[in-house]
Amino acid sequence: MKYRSVFDIIGPVMIGPSSSHTAGAARIGRAARDLFGRTPEEIDIHFYGSFKSTFKGHGTDVAIVGGVLGYETFDDRIKTSLETAEKEGIKVLIHEEQAEPEHPNTARLRLKSGTEELELTGISIGGGKIEITELNGFPLHLTGEHPAVVLLHDDRYGAIASATAILAKEKINIGRMEVSRKAEGAKALMIIEVDQNLTDSVMEELQEADHISRAARISE
Amino acid sequence: MFRNVSELIKKAKEENIPVSEVMIRQEMKAKELSRDRVMAQMEENLTVMEEAVEEGLKGVQSHSGLTGGDAVLIQKYMKEKQPLSGGLLLDAVSKAVATNEVNAAMGRICATPTAGSAGCVPGTLFAVKDRLNASREDMLRYLFTSGAYGFVVANNASISGAAGGCQAEVGSAAGMASAAIVEMAGGTPEQTAEAMAITLKNMLGLICDPVAGLVEVPCVKRNAMGASQAIVSADMALAGVTSRIPCDEVIDAMFKVGQRMPSAFRETAEGGLAATPTGKALEKKIYGS
Repeated sequence: MKYRSVFDIIGPVMIGPSSSHTAGAARIGRAARDLFGRTPEEIDIHFYGSFKSTFKGHGTDVAIVGGVLGYETFDDRIKTSLETAEKEGIKVLIHEEQAEPEHPNTARLRLKSGTEELELTGISIGGGKIEITELNGFPLHLTGEHPAVVLLHDDRYGAIASATAILAKEKINIGRMEVSRKAEGAKALMIIEVDQNLTDSVMEELQEADHISRAARISE
Repeated sequence: MFRNVSELIKKAKEENIPVSEVMIRQEMKAKELSRDRVMAQMEENLTVMEEAVEEGLKGVQSHSGLTGGDAVLIQKYMKEKQPLSGGLLLDAVSKAVATNEVNAAMGRICATPTAGSAGCVPGTLFAVKDRLNASREDMLRYLFTSGAYGFVVANNASISGAAGGCQAEVGSAAGMASAAIVEMAGGTPEQTAEAMAITLKNMLGLICDPVAGLVEVPCVKRNAMGASQAIVSADMALAGVTSRIPCDEVIDAMFKVGQRMPSAFRETAEGGLAATPTGKALEKKIYGS
């Protein structure tokens, strides 16, 4: 079942005007920021479907940039996120894509800082709820229901064990896990949904663990 | 976890508890939270709803200039004249409008189940609560009953205008509100389901056609009508009227209608009122191109 909580229905508390096009968009931006780990120098936003047709009216662009700046759905600062980004020298580029997406509310984001890049595709499925469907070319399903950690790692034996050993040591329960890879022996992606938010020290441990090149968390 | 309306009603009957209580218990279990925590979170949402209605009744204006001020007009009319449709009904209408006007003005609201349909549930709640002598706890229960029905719709059909048209948004919201009114008025769990079914049946096929893509025209007035339908359906269900088509089948029908709805009528601003000469002219005026 996609919806598990009554507060997905009666909620979220948010800045208007649209739960899917404003609140959901802010959450997609926020997820990208959390995975990137900081405020980027450049934000590329590609809009598809209904997002493409109506983003201006709903402030979808404003909301995504607000999310990338780290704002929550109910944060008044969302309204002025584009001005804030400009003041801070963050480049924002919007692309209106003609391709028919699988879900009508689809946005693809590219965050850049120097040579570091992150590409993420998110969909807004209604009532402010989102799913992350792709990360750096890897297909994935991240519902934002639980805190999660996303690990980019070498595609070789021991990589999964090295991550789960750290979580086990910290007594953190794993709710769901997904591993995917592009080509054998190259990079792979691990998504672990956990029951509690991960602390900075656990994140540092994961960053430095064997075979793991990048760790990012999504807090609930 | 209840998956549909019949399971929800079965649970309520077996345990001899209201629909709201089924929802509260499920939330506690799903999120491993105490009753106090669950109630406190809903209290926060209720407070946001209250503040939005208050703000809207003072009068707000959206940035586009398309909406704002109607809640004030309706309240003034109610004070000066004898409303034909009745004071309670029009009070709900004005409070639904107030909420959506605040939403359109990028104010803070609580989505119920979405922002575009945020007026129906609080609009009706703040209108019926005095008539029904509702306590604060009753008002929270109202939101849990609404939530229970929204939960079923969201998991079995859709609450997104982009996916299922306005029937999925204002239709769902109005249905949720009608079920909650029935429980607050002392109706049975079965009667809450009848009210939901009656309301949603009359919202089937409703398209999502916002002018200039903004959650303003016709969204604000659709919430007004959603609130009024919710009250009328609740009265019908409380009178003992039943729906010939069971609630779950109505929800399923809504889902299938949404799937077959052309994309022009699913929040793309390409059809319906958005595509009228005036709709297009307004769009041009707002975006300047």
